[in-house]
Amino acid sequence: MTAAAYNFAYLDEQTKRMIRRAILKAIAIPGYQVPFASREMPMPYGWGTGGVQVTASILGRDDVLKVIDQGSDDTTNAVSIRKFFQKTAGVATTTATAEATVIQTRHRIPETPLQAGQVLVYQVPIPEPLRFLEPRETETRKMHALAEYGLMHVKLYEDIARHGHIATTYAYPVMVAGRYLMDPSPTPKFDNPKMHRSAALQLFGAGREKRIYAVPPHTEVVSLDFEDHPFEVNRFEQPCALCGAEGVYLDEVVLDDRGGRMFVCSDTDHCETRQAAGHRGTMASPIAAGEGGRRAD
Amino acid sequence: MPTDEAPLLMARGVTKLYGHRIGCQDVTFDLHAGEVLAVVGESGSGKSTLLSVLSTRAEPSAGRIEYRMRDGVARDLFRLNEAERRLLLRTDWGFVHQDPREGLRMGISAGGNVGERLMAVGERHYGRIRETAIDWLGRVEIDESRIDDTPRAYSGGMRQRLQIARNLVTAPRLVFMDEPTGGLDVSVQARLLDLLRGLVADLGLAAIVVTHDLAVARLLSHRIMVMRHGRVIETGLTDQVLDDPREPYTQLLVASVLT
Repeated sequence: MTAAAYNFAYLDEQTKRMIRRAILKAIAIPGYQVPFASREMPMPYGWGTGGVQVTASILGRDDVLKVIDQGSDDTTNAVSIRKFFQKTAGVATTTATAEATVIQTRHRIPETPLQAGQVLVYQVPIPEPLRFLEPRETETRKMHALAEYGLMHVKLYEDIARHGHIATTYAYPVMVAGRYLMDPSPTPKFDNPKMHRSAALQLFGAGREKRIYAVPPHTEVVSLDFEDHPFEVNRFEQPCALCGAEGVYLDEVVLDDRGGRMFVCSDTDHCETRQAAGHRGTMASPIAAGEGGRRAD
Repeated sequence: MPTDEAPLLMARGVTKLYGHRIGCQDVTFDLHAGEVLAVVGESGSGKSTLLSVLSTRAEPSAGRIEYRMRDGVARDLFRLNEAERRLLLRTDWGFVHQDPREGLRMGISAGGNVGERLMAVGERHYGRIRETAIDWLGRVEIDESRIDDTPRAYSGGMRQRLQIARNLVTAPRLVFMDEPTGGLDVSVQARLLDLLRGLVADLGLAAIVVTHDLAVARLLSHRIMVMRHGRVIETGLTDQVLDDPREPYTQLLVASVLT
């Protein structure tokens, strides 16, 4: 039910217009960080205020919203944002990737390939990939303007010199459409290849830093690397312990204090769908997990 | 060398005012390829201001500075667009700061510091970058085993040598040095000067060295410019000026050197 005191999707229409303009500009210049007048949201910075504003601005009454946090539909952040839009916009929500038209995410891209017409909204803490190398905003803007990105490779050089390989595993820098260096937000580098030529529109919102950027559908997204140290995604030794999936991103779950652990899909929807279809991992419970109560929230 | 007859850097009437205070006024000179020019004078004489204007770090109030690019065409430095100017700064030029902390990235390893310019001009092969860095560390007498240490773990003299390596790795043709030996103790200064002299001669570098230390000028430079109150008061071959100073102020400077 929509609370009467709120405009549709919480933000007022003028604010949404302003944010939509920023989004349109971001789409027109893939990877470029567009400043916008970020609003105070009824949640703390760091909880996805940027993503929420983007979602609020693009949401329509017919949209179906999915919210994930670290791949999971049922962690605090995901649940509270989903409830927020249920309350303020009254839109339908889902946990199924294929059914969603708008997916707001923190730190993951769903395993199920996204389709044309879907929009993926990222919550971004620090939009500037050069921030920890060059603290001056004036200088980083100039570096973007002149496409001076040698410094980013210095960071990767340092990784190899220190660890023997590129040890950056998340927020792995990418070049968008051969022009702008972009921070893909703290997604694992495992997800970087999914951004490349994705059929879905990808929008990034950083609330505290007041920046919006975008990767339009079918845009080239290339992870930086060296000729003799090419980009590689994380690999996992074993399949998911619950659904037996391989080639997906796994979370390590500590089971006891004697070194017991299991690796399970970080994408809960993907895992549940597979289990419902009868796939079983080594530690799956004998009773079918199937359609649990999760989807009913 | 007929091709090198045109000067590398041409300064005409270079003036920099801070309000009505004079930074430097009406400085005119030519610098040829492979030539080392020392700018001497006491504190506040305008030599550092001149250096920052020449290296495009500050804009002159009047005057013109032309630089002969690698293609042989002389260009007005302040008519270059920002992209061209920044490219020049990190390829064809070097800038050695008095305080190495300004010229180095202190949190990044020595190898990364030397490699940065290579990566900035598009080198994307880790092995080659590393090889070049090792080569350059050797040339500035830093042991290869220190390549992965950050400059924080280096002594003052090593930092200064690292800064020099970082600047020279792209084979620049012109290097600006602001008191390159300032803040180092005497024996370290002597080694650094020796090294610099060798590198400048081997690479055929042109250099503009700002210093208040006449011994540095004598060891490094071919020509010397003496500045006072923002103006150049005497200029000539280094040994000529230092051995037979014409201006009373230069005589005073030369006479104040402890022997």
